[in-house]
Amino acid sequence: MKKAVILGAGTAGTMMSNHLAKKLPKDEWEIVVVDQEKTHYYQPGFLFLPFDIYQPEDVVKPIDDFLPSRAKRIMQKIDRVEPESNTVTLQNGDMIGYDILIIATGSHIAPKEVTGMMSDAWHKDVFDFYTYAGACALREKFMNWEGGKLVIHITEMPIKCPVAPLEFAFLADAFFTEKGMRDKVDITFVTPLSGAFTKPVASDKLAYLLKDKNIRIVADFAIESVNNETRTIHDYGGKEVAYDLLVTVPTNMGDSMVERSGFGDDLNFIPTDKCTLQSKVADNIFVIGDATDLPASKAGSVAHFEADVLTENIIRFINGEPMTYEFDGHSNCFIETGHGKALLIDFNYTHEPVEGSFPLGSFGPLKLLKESRMNHMGKLAFRWVYWNMLLKGTPIPFVPATMSEAGKHLEMSKHD
Amino acid sequence: MTTTIAGQEVSVNAEGYMTDLNQWTKEIALEIAKAEEVNMTDKCWEVIAWIQEQYRNENPLTIRKVGKSGITDIKEFYELFPNGPLKKASKIAGIPKPVGCI
Repeated sequence: MKKAVILGAGTAGTMMSNHLAKKLPKDEWEIVVVDQEKTHYYQPGFLFLPFDIYQPEDVVKPIDDFLPSRAKRIMQKIDRVEPESNTVTLQNGDMIGYDILIIATGSHIAPKEVTGMMSDAWHKDVFDFYTYAGACALREKFMNWEGGKLVIHITEMPIKCPVAPLEFAFLADAFFTEKGMRDKVDITFVTPLSGAFTKPVASDKLAYLLKDKNIRIVADFAIESVNNETRTIHDYGGKEVAYDLLVTVPTNMGDSMVERSGFGDDLNFIPTDKCTLQSKVADNIFVIGDATDLPASKAGSVAHFEADVLTENIIRFINGEPMTYEFDGHSNCFIETGHGKALLIDFNYTHEPVEGSFPLGSFGPLKLLKESRMNHMGKLAFRWVYWNMLLKGTPIPFVPATMSEAGKHLEMSKHD
Repeated sequence: MTTTIAGQEVSVNAEGYMTDLNQWTKEIALEIAKAEEVNMTDKCWEVIAWIQEQYRNENPLTIRKVGKSGITDIKEFYELFPNGPLKKASKIAGIPKPVGCI
């Protein structure tokens, strides 16, 4: 019996377990899934918890409900991978051999990377919303908050769901407006990039959002420290921004298992071929989702598109054939803009987000890079799609793994 | 679009970032640096060369990586290229500026 071992049962790992359960012959392959957690979190929902759009129970379900019945599930912390001997060592000392290894251990926040970020003020004045605990704590805080300087901050790139901080700013504007206290809340968005929007078409089409919503931007801010006494954040260039409530996206790092295994980059992301998703560590190790060092967005939709490509490539690898399926960096995401509206963007390694219709080029019904109520309904409906289709590896109609150019105004992105 | 920098015709985007690293020369870099109010020291050139190497190897550029380059630390990087060192250094190096999704 040969063994396919999947590390991590988040979005990417769960999808891969379901894809492989359908493709790998039962009498030849055993599928093993290792994850220390009990709970699968619908991470896109964390954004909605602080604003009372979702309730905590909307975003949690048991991991085991989504794994295929033929998979053997091991609930243990992973210590390390040893590519030379094709073994995974668990924290309890158990060792698992593998023929194929799929690493889907994701990325996590690392607030200790910035001086002063992790302190007694954590989840009191300084919050993250990239964890269930952080989003729930912020939800409590917002219920009684009387207003002041709300600073939404990105520590450094890359981060999971790069548009989430901006959505947070838009939703905060709507939330406090609807509470009748927007005049008491001063919203500032602090980013290490050159602006809230960095791509030409998006900058051009969306700059109005920040102006209309009265959100101040502090750009090119590379944070050096958080001072909890003076309630200020400081950057290496000497700039400082004062806050009453800091909502930060800390440094995102790959799992510490990667560091222990000795094959990650300086943020514990794993060197991976950006087309085939084969790791650069060993031929029989593949990487999917946030755990890779791919120049694609770290997002569930990316993992979803990668899963289709990776499944085909793994089957080809097993059969000794060339891995001809190529991931193009396809990413697709809804961007909440508040007051029941959202934008939708669809892009890949080579094409920036442009206007157009999605998923059917001539029909839509969703509009790309334009605010609409339909896009917002799409985002809310996506939670159902996630739990009922995406995790189980059921194809989503009309949305292929590689980006379609139909219905997109690609001429917009030509600047020459 | 194209523009003339240091007497040479080069391809640039709407924000003035060069779109073809093969067209880059030190003379062009000096002229961009002047416009960006950066005084090009030996250290600056070292950083520029390192940044170009990262770009050629398709390694995304981040402040953290510059800090760990062994050439400079983040504090000094800010002194070398004041106010937005990553985008200024990218512009002088003739590569696109680091971007997010949108």
